[in-house]
Order: sequence, then C-alpha cells, then structure tokens
Amino acid sequence: MPVICTEENRRLTAAVTGELDHHRAKEVMEALDREIDIALPKELTVDFSGLTFTDSSGIAVLLRAWRRMGQVRGVMRVVNTPSQADKVFRAAGLQRMIHFE
Amino acid sequence: MKIENQISLEFPSRSANEGFARTAAACFAAQLDPTLEEVNDVKTAVSEAVTNAIVHAYPDTLGKIVMKLRIRDDHSLEIVVRDWGIGIADVDQARAPLFTTGNEERSGMGFTIMESFMDVLKVRSAPGKGTTVTMRRKIARRAGR
Repeated sequence: MPVICTEENRRLTAAVTGELDHHRAKEVMEALDREIDIALPKELTVDFSGLTFTDSSGIAVLLRAWRRMGQVRGVMRVVNTPSQADKVFRAAGLQRMIHFE
Repeated sequence: MKIENQISLEFPSRSANEGFARTAAACFAAQLDPTLEEVNDVKTAVSEAVTNAIVHAYPDTLGKIVMKLRIRDDHSLEIVVRDWGIGIADVDQARAPLFTTGNEERSGMGFTIMESFMDVLKVRSAPGKGTTVTMRRKIARRAGR
C-alpha cells in the first residue's frame, strides 16, 4: 500500500510512508489521484510522519496533488514533515505555494 | 589533495538501484563520522544524481552507471556519478531550476537540490557520450575526536 487514506466529511488524509524516490513516485501519484477522484475532498492532508526519505521526486508528488486539489476546488496542507524532507522542500521553495504545518 | 579511501560501484540503470546507491554512499561516508543531517544531505544528493542517470541518460535502455566515492584528506567526501548515455546538449539549461525533459514525475529540481546540499557540483557532458557529475561535501570535524 503506497498511501494509506482515510476520509471523513470530504476531508481526506493521505499518509505516505517509507522512502519516496523516483522508483516509488509514480505509484504514490497514481494512488493520490485515485483517492482524490473518488473522495472529491474539500481538504487534503498529506501526513508525512512515516516518511523516512525523499528527494526531488517528493516535490513532484506534492505539486501534482496540489494542482489536482486546485482542480476540485479543495485546499491542501502537509503535516509532520521530517527534517530531511523539509530541507528538500525548502530548497525548492515549495513553502511559497503549499501550506506546511 | 590526497585520497584516503575510495570505492567504486557499478550497476545497471534500474530504478530499484536508487535506494541501493544512496544507502551505499551513506555507509561509506560513515567513516567521516558525519551528523545525521550531513548523512541525509549526502543521501539526497546521490539520489538526485543517480536518478538523473537512470531517467535521462538511458531513457529507453538499461545502461551502465558507475559511482565512485572518495574520502579526501581535507575531511571531505567526493562523489562521482558517471554514465555513458545520451548526454546533455546544454548543461546550463539542464541545471536551471524547474527545467526538465522528463515527464511529470520529475520536478526539474534535481540539480538545484544537489547544488544546495553539496559544497561543489560539476557537470561534464557531451551528447552521445555521457555525463559525469562530481560533487564534494566537507564533513565537519567534531570536537573530542
């Protein structure tokens, strides 16, 4: 299971665990696409508490989910980002576009 | 600059080897007694360089990738990732943030990440001949050693 999702009142939470690199990015993106299409959430929370590593593949995954949420007129936030991933996202300036908590 | 220790790893451009390459680099770098943040910086930069070779150097075939790791006597780690793939016609363009020739799984931020996580990044490439990425990172000497 690349992404574990729970949904309540059109609030979707997606927990991405393990290592997120190019090798895994496609399946994670496809899983997020599918869950967003089914739930049409007004809010997506990406929970990275179980993320052990990411590289720029994680940037592509977040940007795609963010665009997708824009298409369904929902908002997105990212929570529990570990310091390694946070450094990658900051280097890309992602905090200017995506809400991190 | 004297090289104190070095290894060379050769592997095919399968995406499953991305994780292997960065973990191997982290294990080798452990000799420099890095902090967790320094190890993570090395792993991240290696992941970017190796992924570039896998995705861009050999888009339709499996090819050879060689990663060399060197510990230098200035307490730095040198990482060289070499491929014999299609090469890059315009290296400056490839290094620019958000530029990518890949599909939407790629963010175009690979070289930007390598630059910001390493002290030195050099890219040598020739179309049809391949690409060599050389990175260097000083590991701080910690008190009490």
